[in-house]
Amino acid sequence: MEFWITGLFNGVSYGALLFLLAGGLSLIFGMMRIVNMTHGSYYLLGGYVALSVMWRGGPYVLGVVAAALVIACVGIAEWNAFLKRLGGQELGQVLTTMGFALIFQDMALVLWGGDPQTIKIPSIFVGTWHVGTLYFPVYRVFIVGVAATVAVALWLVLERTRLGAMMRATVDDPEMARGVGINVHRISMGVFAMGAGLAAVGGVVAGGFVGVYPGADFEILPFAFVVVIVGGMGSLKGAIIGSLMVGLLDNFGKALFPELSYFTLFAPMAAILAVRPTGLFGRA
Amino acid sequence: MGAWVAPVLLLVLAAVPPFTSSYVLSLVTQALIYAIVAMSLDLILGYTGLASLGHAAYFGLGAYAVGILTTRYGAGFWTTLLVGVLLAAAVAAVFGLVALRATGVYFLMITLALGMVAWGLAHRWVSLTQGDNGISGVPRPVLGFGLSLARAVPFYYFALIGFLLAFVFLRVVVRSPFGQALIGIRESESRMRTLGYHVWLHKYLGFVIAGAVGGFAGVLWACYQGFVSPGELELTTSVKILLMVALGGRGTLLGPALGALLIALLENLVSVYTHRWLLILGAVYIGTIVYAPEGILGAVRQWRMKGDRAWARG
Repeated sequence: MEFWITGLFNGVSYGALLFLLAGGLSLIFGMMRIVNMTHGSYYLLGGYVALSVMWRGGPYVLGVVAAALVIACVGIAEWNAFLKRLGGQELGQVLTTMGFALIFQDMALVLWGGDPQTIKIPSIFVGTWHVGTLYFPVYRVFIVGVAATVAVALWLVLERTRLGAMMRATVDDPEMARGVGINVHRISMGVFAMGAGLAAVGGVVAGGFVGVYPGADFEILPFAFVVVIVGGMGSLKGAIIGSLMVGLLDNFGKALFPELSYFTLFAPMAAILAVRPTGLFGRA
Repeated sequence: MGAWVAPVLLLVLAAVPPFTSSYVLSLVTQALIYAIVAMSLDLILGYTGLASLGHAAYFGLGAYAVGILTTRYGAGFWTTLLVGVLLAAAVAAVFGLVALRATGVYFLMITLALGMVAWGLAHRWVSLTQGDNGISGVPRPVLGFGLSLARAVPFYYFALIGFLLAFVFLRVVVRSPFGQALIGIRESESRMRTLGYHVWLHKYLGFVIAGAVGGFAGVLWACYQGFVSPGELELTTSVKILLMVALGGRGTLLGPALGALLIALLENLVSVYTHRWLLILGAVYIGTIVYAPEGILGAVRQWRMKGDRAWARG
């Protein structure tokens, strides 16, 4: 029993972290059909930006905000300079964004060195909660809280505001959206920036327990992609459920079948796609 | 492309080895093996119009077949070759069933997930694959007839023969009615369906053939390196193979081979002169799409067409 509850908790908290990456990535996919291999780099660079802020004495919160803003600007620059011209050209998108991912990886190596770093978490999140015989690290509870807040905020914006209606219209049919006077270009840019910023927040949050190290970008990227494709591109609900599924499968797979753990993660995903190629909540 | 290009290239490739250093030779050997896997990807990418993000899986499967069979069971070259190619083909046959239900971005993403399945096994199934440590001590093949491939020059010719076999085989495939139908599917799937072609079956067979040839390249790679690791199946390897095809020119066979040569040169030479070779590789990725979206051969073709038109006007 303890094993299952602890596993459930760890899986959900990893899923929460994945959601921070995949939520934005899914909206970017749904809206612009851009295959963005740089998304993992936003996650990595976000962690490094926060580190720089905190090395200079800045508090954790400032680190999170700075990371989100700086990386959102990086995303906007990349999108404006290259990606917006590559609509519909999957190969071009993959190669261009891969190029950026390599360049960012190398820049991070130059600027922050190759040693693994840890982001110091605020003292209120240090320690564990005891419930009976179970232990819950407070920081992981915090991560779940952050992801839940982001999910609710995104949902409110998407479903309850005029801006959200414009975003949904852009996902559904960009041409019609443009026809009724929605500035699709600006909305797309905004969503791209938000996705990049959220990935950066994910990087800072993750830096508190797995650290920030070279290679983290390509480690997390396939997971974020799998969440998006299984949940369905452009679907917030899909991103939430996909994140939880991947988080849980990864966690229990590693615990129960250590040798086959990635197989137990990716094979069910592939099976879902075989039945529903557009993902659980995606539309073609 | 003039008819003289291929024979001249072949002559150069066959005649040069005795006159070069073993460093250059090993570099070209590497390029030849890359070229095989790049050409195999081009069968589905350039000729059929399906961008796969998981092609490294077949390359890796071929390589692991050699690594495991030689170091554990002392298998000979011909056994490993057969198993490697058949294994890659069999896995492609399963993956193809799943992946070909989708097109475009979805195909790209599903092949990515499938590629990760193969990578995950190599990475975590430690008792079979030795995980991240990789399998070292893979011997150079012994072909019988008293030939030793341990030295650079004989192995170079061995790889060259492998390259030629793959090239001729793929050329026959793309020139055949089957290959022409693939091109038709790339141009217009609905038209081919109306004409009575079984579109799915064509794509599927193309996918499996590409996987099998990719596995063949992996077999040679393991023999060349003497070492196999999960890096062979990584997402970044899949993207690198895509780059080779895009850089040289999609929809041709010489193009991907040229791209493979350039990437092999870049990887080896640039890292000698600077630590910043990732930066340069990244710039090549972006530069290819910005300046030569149809690849080098595509740019050459366009330039020649312009020349022809100017001549016609003249």
